[in-house]
Amino acid sequence: MGELIVNTSGGAPIPLTAYLIVSLIMFFAGIYGFFTRKNLILILISIELILNSVDINFAAFNRYLFPDRMEGLFYALFVIAISACETAVAIAIVINVYRKFGNTEVDNIQQMKN
Amino acid sequence: MDSFSNFLFMRSEVSLLVVILALLVFDLTAGKRGMRYFQPIAIILLAIHTILHLLPHEAGIAFGGMYTYTPMAGVVKTILNIATLIIFLQAEAFNSERMSNKKGEYYFLTLVTLLGFYFMISSGHFLLFYIGLEMASIPIATLAAMEKQSKRSAEAGAKYILMAAFSSGIMLFGISYLYGTTGTLYFADMPALISANTLQIMAFVFFIAGMFFKISLVPFHLWTPDVYEGAPTNVTSYLSVVSKGAAVFALALLLYRVFSNIIEQWQSILYGLIIISITLANLFAIRQKNIKRFLAFSSISQAGYIVLGIIGGTPFGMTTLVYYIFVYLFSNLAAFGVITIIENRTGKVNIPDYKGLYSTNPRLSFVMMLSMFSLGGIPPFAGFFSKFFIFAAAMEQGFYILVLIAVINTIISLYYYLLVVKAMFIDKNEHPIPSLRTDSYNKASLIFCTAGILLVGIFSIFMEKIELFSFAMIQ
Repeated sequence: MGELIVNTSGGAPIPLTAYLIVSLIMFFAGIYGFFTRKNLILILISIELILNSVDINFAAFNRYLFPDRMEGLFYALFVIAISACETAVAIAIVINVYRKFGNTEVDNIQQMKN
Repeated sequence: MDSFSNFLFMRSEVSLLVVILALLVFDLTAGKRGMRYFQPIAIILLAIHTILHLLPHEAGIAFGGMYTYTPMAGVVKTILNIATLIIFLQAEAFNSERMSNKKGEYYFLTLVTLLGFYFMISSGHFLLFYIGLEMASIPIATLAAMEKQSKRSAEAGAKYILMAAFSSGIMLFGISYLYGTTGTLYFADMPALISANTLQIMAFVFFIAGMFFKISLVPFHLWTPDVYEGAPTNVTSYLSVVSKGAAVFALALLLYRVFSNIIEQWQSILYGLIIISITLANLFAIRQKNIKRFLAFSSISQAGYIVLGIIGGTPFGMTTLVYYIFVYLFSNLAAFGVITIIENRTGKVNIPDYKGLYSTNPRLSFVMMLSMFSLGGIPPFAGFFSKFFIFAAAMEQGFYILVLIAVINTIISLYYYLLVVKAMFIDKNEHPIPSLRTDSYNKASLIFCTAGILLVGIFSIFMEKIELFSFAMIQ
C-alpha cells in the first residue's frame, strides 16, 4: 500500500495501518473495559472508547483510500453526534439508578435473578 | 426529483411525523382534563395513519438512494403499525394515578421509536440505517426506565441503554471496515465490491454481531430477561414484538441485498446460532416462575425460528419471515394483554399465581390459552401455519438436520407453554385471582388478537398478499 501513504507535513509519513492499529487497540480496550469495570460511569467511558475508535477508522479510511468523496467523514460526524445523545440518555438513566440504589456499582444493581 | 417531492415520497414517515407532532402539541396544550382523552386520541390518530399507509404507493428511491421504498417494506410497516395500535389499546397502566403524569411521554416516545424503525427498514445507506437504529433504541431505554418508583425499571433501563450502545459500537466497527474495503456505504453499490476476503468477513461478523444483540439471539441474549422483567409490561410487549420484528426484517434485507455474495458464510453463522438460540432458550424457559421472564425466553426461542426463515436466502424465506412476524404479533400481544390486565389489577406476575384462573376469569384464560397454543404451534391456530411455512422454506434449501432440531424443540416448547395452560385450567388454588373487570380498550385489543390468531392461519389471503410483494422485492 505504498502509494497510499500521504505526506503533508514534510516529516516521516504515517501509514494508514498506524491509524488502524491505534483504533484497534482503542476498540479492544473499550471492550475489555466494558466487561471488567464494575461502575456504570466507567462502563460508559469504555463504550465511548469503542465509538471513538470507529470515528478514527472512518476518518483514516476516507483520507487515505477515498479522498475524493466525503462519505466516511460525514459518517464519523454523525456517529459523534448520535453517541453524544446516547451518552446523555445513559447518564440520565445512571442518575436515576443512583437515586434508587444509592450508588452506581454494578454488583449492587441486581434486583432480578432467575 | 426535487427535494420537496423527495419528502413527499417518504409518505409513511411524514404522516407518522405529523401524528407525533400533533400528539406533542396536544400534550403541551391540553390541561388536566384534556389528558384524560389522550389514549383515544393517540389511538385514533395512529389508526388514521395506518389506514392512509394502506393506500398503494409505487416502489422507488429518494434522496439519491438514501431512502428506498419497496412494497415489502410497506407490508412490514403496516404490521408494525397494527402491533403498535394493539399496544396502545393495552396501555391502561399509563392511565393509573402512579403513571398518569408520564402519559404524554409514553405515546410520544413509542411513536418516535416506530419512526426510527421505519427509517431502518427503508434505508438504502448505512448512515440512514444507523440513524434509524439509534432513533429506535435510545427512546426504548427511556421507556424501559419510565416507572421511576421502581428499582427494577431503573435497572432495566440502565441495562438496555448500555447494551444498545455497546452493540451499536460493535456494529459500527464492522461498518467502518466494510467502508474501508469497499469505499461506499450505499446498499446498492456494495454487493459488487464484496468478495469474501478475510477483512470483509471480519467486518461482516462484527456488523452482524451488533445486529444479533438487537434481535437477542443466544449468545447475545443476556440482557433480554432482565429488561423484559424490569420494564413496564406495556414496553416489554413493544420490545418483544415491534422491536424484534423490525430488527429481524432489517437484518434479512441487509443479508439479501448487501451480503448476497457471502451467503455461505452467513448461512453457517446463522446455522449455529439458530440451534443454540432455540435449544438454550427453551431449556431456560422451563425453569422460569415470573411470566414476563418466561415470555422473554420464549421470545428468544421464537427469534431463532424467525431467523430460520432467512437462512435459505430465497424470496419464499422472506415471505415466511414476514408472515411469522405477523402471526407472532397477535399471539404474543394476546399473552401480554392478559398479563397486563392481571398485573395492573392484582400485581401478580408469577405463573403459580395463575392457578385456578379459569374458575374466576374464563375469558381471560381462554385468550391466554389460544395465545399459548399459537406460540407453541398447535394446528388450527395461526402459529402452526407460520411455523410450518418457516420449516418448508428451510427444507426447500436442504437444511434437513436444522429443521429436525427445530421440530424437536417445538415439542419442548409445547411443554412449557402447556404448563401455563395447565396452571390456569387444571391446577387447584385456594385463593385464585378474583374476577377482574376490563375496560373496553383492553377488550378490543384482546378480541383483535384472538381474531388474528384464529383467522390469519385459516385464510390464505394474508400469506398470498405477502408472497406477492416479496417476489417483487428481490427482483
